[in-house]
Amino acid sequence: MLHIKGLHVSVDDTEILKGIDLIIKSGETHAIMGPNGSGKSTLGYALAGRDGYEVTRGEILFKDHDLIEMSPEDRAGAGIFLAFQYPVEIPGVPNTTFLKEALNSVRRYRGEEELDAMEFVKIVREKTKELGIPDDMLKRPVNVGFSGGEKKRNEVLQMAVLNPALAILDETDSGLDIDALKVVANGVNTLRSPERATLVITHYQRLLEHIVPDFVHVLAKGKIQCSGGKELALELEEKGYAEFAQAAE
Amino acid sequence: MVATPDTAAQVREMTDEKYKYGFVTDIEVETAPKGLNEDIVRFISKKKNEPSWLLDWRLKAYRHWLKMPEPAWQKPNFPAIDYQDSFYYSAPKSAADKPQSLDEVDPELLKTYEKLGIPLREQEMLAGVAVDAVFDSVSVATTFKSKLEEVGVIFCPISEAVQRCPDLVRQYLGSVVPYTDNKHACLNSAVFTDGSFVYIPKGVRCPMELSTYFRINAENTGQFERTLIIAADDSYVSYLEGCTAPMRDENQLHAAVVELVTLDNAEIKYSTVQNWYPGDENGKGGIFNFVTKRGACRGHNSKISWTQVETGSAVTWKYPSCILQGDNSVGEFFSIAITNNFQQADTGTKMIHLGRNTSSKIISKGISAGRSDQTYRGLVRMGPKAQDARNYTQCDSLLIGNQCGAHTVPYIESKNKKAIVEHEATTSKINEDQLFYLRQRGIDDESAIALVVNGFCREVLQQLPMEFAVEAQKLVSISLEGSVG
Repeated sequence: MLHIKGLHVSVDDTEILKGIDLIIKSGETHAIMGPNGSGKSTLGYALAGRDGYEVTRGEILFKDHDLIEMSPEDRAGAGIFLAFQYPVEIPGVPNTTFLKEALNSVRRYRGEEELDAMEFVKIVREKTKELGIPDDMLKRPVNVGFSGGEKKRNEVLQMAVLNPALAILDETDSGLDIDALKVVANGVNTLRSPERATLVITHYQRLLEHIVPDFVHVLAKGKIQCSGGKELALELEEKGYAEFAQAAE
Repeated sequence: MVATPDTAAQVREMTDEKYKYGFVTDIEVETAPKGLNEDIVRFISKKKNEPSWLLDWRLKAYRHWLKMPEPAWQKPNFPAIDYQDSFYYSAPKSAADKPQSLDEVDPELLKTYEKLGIPLREQEMLAGVAVDAVFDSVSVATTFKSKLEEVGVIFCPISEAVQRCPDLVRQYLGSVVPYTDNKHACLNSAVFTDGSFVYIPKGVRCPMELSTYFRINAENTGQFERTLIIAADDSYVSYLEGCTAPMRDENQLHAAVVELVTLDNAEIKYSTVQNWYPGDENGKGGIFNFVTKRGACRGHNSKISWTQVETGSAVTWKYPSCILQGDNSVGEFFSIAITNNFQQADTGTKMIHLGRNTSSKIISKGISAGRSDQTYRGLVRMGPKAQDARNYTQCDSLLIGNQCGAHTVPYIESKNKKAIVEHEATTSKINEDQLFYLRQRGIDDESAIALVVNGFCREVLQQLPMEFAVEAQKLVSISLEGSVG
């Protein structure tokens, strides 16, 4: 589904990613772990197409699309979803209005019919029920006054509604206490399916106890230093990142 | 906005009525020569068959106007107006001069109508198409009229009111905005050709929004429009002026005057959507919109509320204000002003607190994009007798891009130690994080900006009459098209 080949990415003329190779198939869950400043979030933004994250070399193929040529909104339409580390507040815009606009944009891109208000409400109600999200969250302005946990649950709700092929979770565990973490992880697990792939970006092994990955990759100094199964996360936890970073030199 | 396919029929009906009064029969001789002088003023007054007191008033205004300087304190720059280069009276175009179908209308205009979701029949009316002669549907306008008459509401063109109820017009015309007020209002007093008159009798709650009617009537709104609304004791009316659709208009200078009067316990809610031609993306052309709008809360516990959505015109100069004379009276001003490309807007309000325990609220949202420039200019004055008066002002500016400007100029004068004035102001740039967030969810960049801006304006949009708010939201999006990149 996703094929990253020799990806180099620069931000403000500083090279952050220095040759990433990664293949993710449908149904798989991959975790990218690494120390601060290793380029984990850069990878997420580069996949989502954020301005200022310049691909200087390499390729990203997503379901046969050349992702690099596509705008952020087209990538979203094609099925890429980035759950933000810091979800953004949009004052005055009710969550439902935002969700409906997003869903219909994505549906338009996919050549599907736009939903009217009734059909949309039906879908959203289904998802909030499935994820145990209170309805009042829908009426509130997007992320405004939300607690850390609520913001992350809102990301999961958006993901459920937009139904992406590839979900990238950027530090979804940051700022969450253990109870909130479990709720969010349960949400993500509910959405796991053979048609969907998940890329979890995290510092800590803690999240991976709840969202169990098929593969773990260690990112340091802009490169994937080693890859393995879920046990690699435990090994990391024990030894720390330093060893992997050194090994690279 | 109520969108019925019958609208054009209503227009037709009303045009027919004019025929009945012989209004259009002598159309050939109805255009006065170019330029402005006393004879033109007399010509207009004669055309309207006005009593001598009104002609005298117009002439006094004209003579005063000659001596008045142009206001020079506003921020916008524009070339001096050549008053001799305009027509001050021309009758409506005859059917033969109008476009015969939408095929002859500027496609850009039609595109906008489409985006606003305006029904075909209304598009024809707005674009000034000579409407077909045969309509058999029941006239909504007539239904309105009889419904209003039943409760004693007078709602008619001001020229008609001069004939029907001259005493009321004479008593109130110029009583809120005297002709000496400013150069533009003075010119209007001398040469106004039409506008609306509304009188809500004591104890009457006007049974409908005076809005749909106005849209139908929109053809009457001209260059020098004069509106007078009087709400007698214990009455209420909601009035909506203008329309989200851009209007065809070749006149460059617009100088309207609106006067509102509320007596004891009365309330007027006045909403405006102004979407006159703003000029092209290079700043060529566009309307100069120099408007004087003022309401007097003469009675105790009375209330005047202004809501405006200003997206059009090359230059806007407009300060809908409230004079809070009656004790416990309330003034409100809710404003959204959007400027794009080379538009300039200098707009705000004045809240003059004279009575005890009066209160006012100002919520202003300014959005500047392109190379446009916008100023909020507001005066809050607490008079010596305005014991316990309160004002709250919130003034937010949003900048899109880095070539536009936003300025906030609040004037606060307090002559009463027990009056409270609060002012909050923010200026922000549209946030890159917000746009990326929305785009990552599939929303394209223009829609993303529209969504953020609509959120920014929400407090004000909520003040608009329900059916109108939806169109206004679309208008916000359309006004900002091309502001990205």
